[in-house]
Amino acid sequence: MSVTPQQLAERALAAAKADGTVVMVDESSTANLRWANNTLTTNGVAVNRRVTVVSTLKRGEGASAAAITKAGVTGDDIEDLVRESEAAARAASPAPDARPLLGPDDAAALQGVRWEEAAVGTDIEVFAGLAPALGESFEAARSAGQLLFGFAEHTAVTTYLATSTGLRLRHDQPTGKLELNAKTPDFVRSSWGGAQTRDFSDVDVVALAAGLGQRLDWQKRRIDLPAGRYETLLPPSAVADLMIYLYWTASARDAADGRTVFSAPGGSGGTKVGQRIGVPGLRLWSDPTAAGLEAAPFNAVKASSSQSSVFDNGLRLASTDWVRDGVLERLLTTRHSAAETGLPVTPPIDNLLLDAGGTASLETMTQSTADGLLLTCLWYIREVDPQTLLLTGLTRDGVYKVEGGEVVGVVNNFRFNESPVDMLSRIAEAGRTEITLPREWNDYFTRTAMPALRVADFNMSSVSKAS
Amino acid sequence: MPSLDPTFTALPLRELAEAALAKARELGVDHADLRSERIREQSVRLRDAELDGVNESVDSGLAVRVVHRGTWGFAAGTVQTPEAAVRLVEQAVRVAEVSAPVNTEPVVLAPEPSHGEREWVSAYEVDPFDVPDDEKIALLGGWSKRLLEHEAVAHVDAYVHAVKENKFYADTNGTVTTQQRVRVHAALEAVAIDEATGAFETMRTLAPPVGRGWEFLRGVGWDWEAELAALPGLLAEKLAAPSIEAGEYDLVVDPSNLWLTIHESIGHATELDRALGYEAAYAGTSFATLDKLDTLKYGSPVMHVTGDRTVEHGLSTVGFDDEGVQTQQWDLVAGGILTGYQLDRRIAQLKGLNGGRSNGCGFADSPGHAPIQRMANVSLQPAAEGPGTAELISRVKNGLYIQGDKSWSIDMQRYNFQFTGQRAYLIKDGRLAGQVKDFAYQATTTDFWGAMEAVGGPQTYVLGGAFNCGKGQPGQVAPVSHGCPSALFRGIRILNTVQEAGK
Repeated sequence: MSVTPQQLAERALAAAKADGTVVMVDESSTANLRWANNTLTTNGVAVNRRVTVVSTLKRGEGASAAAITKAGVTGDDIEDLVRESEAAARAASPAPDARPLLGPDDAAALQGVRWEEAAVGTDIEVFAGLAPALGESFEAARSAGQLLFGFAEHTAVTTYLATSTGLRLRHDQPTGKLELNAKTPDFVRSSWGGAQTRDFSDVDVVALAAGLGQRLDWQKRRIDLPAGRYETLLPPSAVADLMIYLYWTASARDAADGRTVFSAPGGSGGTKVGQRIGVPGLRLWSDPTAAGLEAAPFNAVKASSSQSSVFDNGLRLASTDWVRDGVLERLLTTRHSAAETGLPVTPPIDNLLLDAGGTASLETMTQSTADGLLLTCLWYIREVDPQTLLLTGLTRDGVYKVEGGEVVGVVNNFRFNESPVDMLSRIAEAGRTEITLPREWNDYFTRTAMPALRVADFNMSSVSKAS
Repeated sequence: MPSLDPTFTALPLRELAEAALAKARELGVDHADLRSERIREQSVRLRDAELDGVNESVDSGLAVRVVHRGTWGFAAGTVQTPEAAVRLVEQAVRVAEVSAPVNTEPVVLAPEPSHGEREWVSAYEVDPFDVPDDEKIALLGGWSKRLLEHEAVAHVDAYVHAVKENKFYADTNGTVTTQQRVRVHAALEAVAIDEATGAFETMRTLAPPVGRGWEFLRGVGWDWEAELAALPGLLAEKLAAPSIEAGEYDLVVDPSNLWLTIHESIGHATELDRALGYEAAYAGTSFATLDKLDTLKYGSPVMHVTGDRTVEHGLSTVGFDDEGVQTQQWDLVAGGILTGYQLDRRIAQLKGLNGGRSNGCGFADSPGHAPIQRMANVSLQPAAEGPGTAELISRVKNGLYIQGDKSWSIDMQRYNFQFTGQRAYLIKDGRLAGQVKDFAYQATTTDFWGAMEAVGGPQTYVLGGAFNCGKGQPGQVAPVSHGCPSALFRGIRILNTVQEAGK
């Protein structure tokens, strides 16, 4: 492309006639491999450039806003995009979340922005090492009478954010993931492992496949169990999927409107901030600088919602404790909803960490289990009741019966009905926090670090015949 | 009759195709296709009658897919010039080369006649992108205010999502298609709060997403006035309703709820790529495996399910799929027996189903993604001369009548599912006896459809659906419709969701 993203952003701002303008240019590239039954199924590479123009117009005391995002903008058509955005802002009624756009002073503490640098990219060569290793794993699986399924994807996105108020911000976000699933040829026995990575240099697919093969051996003995409440060990991936849903539901505005699990009881219009919701010592937080989970240190919002505002673009993001020592500390706010609810300004951050003070590995926790279930991961998680944040979903790819500290066989899958919020106060033991790939939500959210959790009475509502 | 958008057909589509396909032939591919797509989307959202946001996006780009020495290669970009198209062909071939060491099963596509140059436009009257934004905001705002006037309604969310999709496709087989589809989805959800306890309930409109234009918002194909007039009273009744007693009930399920159960337990289960394991690590597999074709008892004898990509206003409906296959209609379940699958060209060839021809289910959700097998409109057929909903209800002594979809979840082999709904009425001795709340129904697919005693007549049939069916890695989102009549099920397990939460 002849026009650089920085030039595009400057041209858009030069053409803009609105009272305020935010331009975001996302330069992205991605490569993927997918396989099933020990062979490749699909693959691909793609590059994309998306330009978002947010226009704001003064309306009396407030302002209206509209955002348009367009792919394939070449440069000559950037002015058309600006005009479309401005026309949409004129048609829009005043936005309740209107606030002055942020300027350079508001983001002064941001380090290492390097606005002038080119975007980072990726291509199919990122798998030059993985592809032969996968081939080797397929061979090993074939000789062991097993099948491998899975997916590897690497994406690089560089976001340039410029405002008519003088902000110039840039963020590089590499995201890589590998999912591996081993099965017996009859599909009855199944195990899963995943990894998240920034560049695939730290992914050892051969070792991961070997571990899954061992789990298939654990599954030679099958034990049928009925529905019921069981002492259950949830591995970090399963905990991540439950906590991500909790995080997505943590809008301060929705809570203050009386319509979420975080609403204060009694219809008072308040929230549960300040109340104990988890066991002592429990911390749930996000931090753009978390090692290995680095995420954008500023707000880049392409569409307003109850927890994000296009007016807040460029806002600096800092480490935020959502739950500290078991007490709900913060909910997701915009500058507007923070003022409305009396809470601090704490926008969403693209990672999530949980620590409950544990140091044990999942293996150690299994060894100290007298009688319980060891899960692999959860699947098809959906909200059943927003009042309690009751979620339903399935266990998947290996539920193990543990007796006297040892895995004694594989159990049928279950449908669970559980609230992650309620669960926070019922944690019997937590393991050490480690970086993990959420199985269910990794299309949308990958950067998590979670401990394994022991819950004494996890609600397995019915038996699933699925394997 | 709407026609192809001239701003799309003004792109140098044929030049792109000629350059790309010539390069592909030169590089000795077995097959190559090129897609140029432009997908325009807009969402308008209001909260308590105030604008929450207007967002518009245009995704456009170019994709090349090749079969090179028996291995797939795919590359996509956003620059639409002949030079860029040629580069994509080179990249796609390179992707095939890097992938070759992990490919052990040569890709062969089912033959499809060349259809030559074809055009196709979906059935709609008013292009939603020709309607001024202020008119859209005013319409949703007016509707929201009307709901908020009711004392039971504390909050109202309103949104409309409109999509216009243009696709150009050309392949080495000589098929060249230019197509256009329009769809809209509008919904309003009201919230009621019990001020004394803080308990709350929600209720959403049942208007389905449709393959229509803005005329749908003006009353063509849906009675908005009647639905909005009834909604606050229904919500107030729900908030005050007794909590359901868990146990076994007979169910009369309304099409506004049943479409989603069909989607999850039949639609996905009859995708052959799932049955073959292509989705095993992600969306999952299927209990309805190929060895059970023509023998599996899927449900009761009154069960007749079709797949199609041809029904008017269907969300999956299109003239030609993303592999150049002309779309069709066929049986999936007849007389309660599994009789067919949804196919794309590779799996049709692999297993020789449908006479070795794809039934047109290849779909890519964007120019950046390769086509995979995606869902047709999978629909439960009504009984000719069949009963109305009231008559079905009259056959139930102790049961529930469920309307509107809400929560859904099903396992990775499509056995065990759990659904809730927007509202449910107790049925006592053949009559509705008021709403109950906190209900969910849980069953295993073949047990549930085996317990279907009767399907309603054509007068109860509604085409429901969704914009957001997810499948594949990288994740792809597809729109799909499901038509069905009301239907009567015997002896289904009903849970109380408050008890499930341990309260």
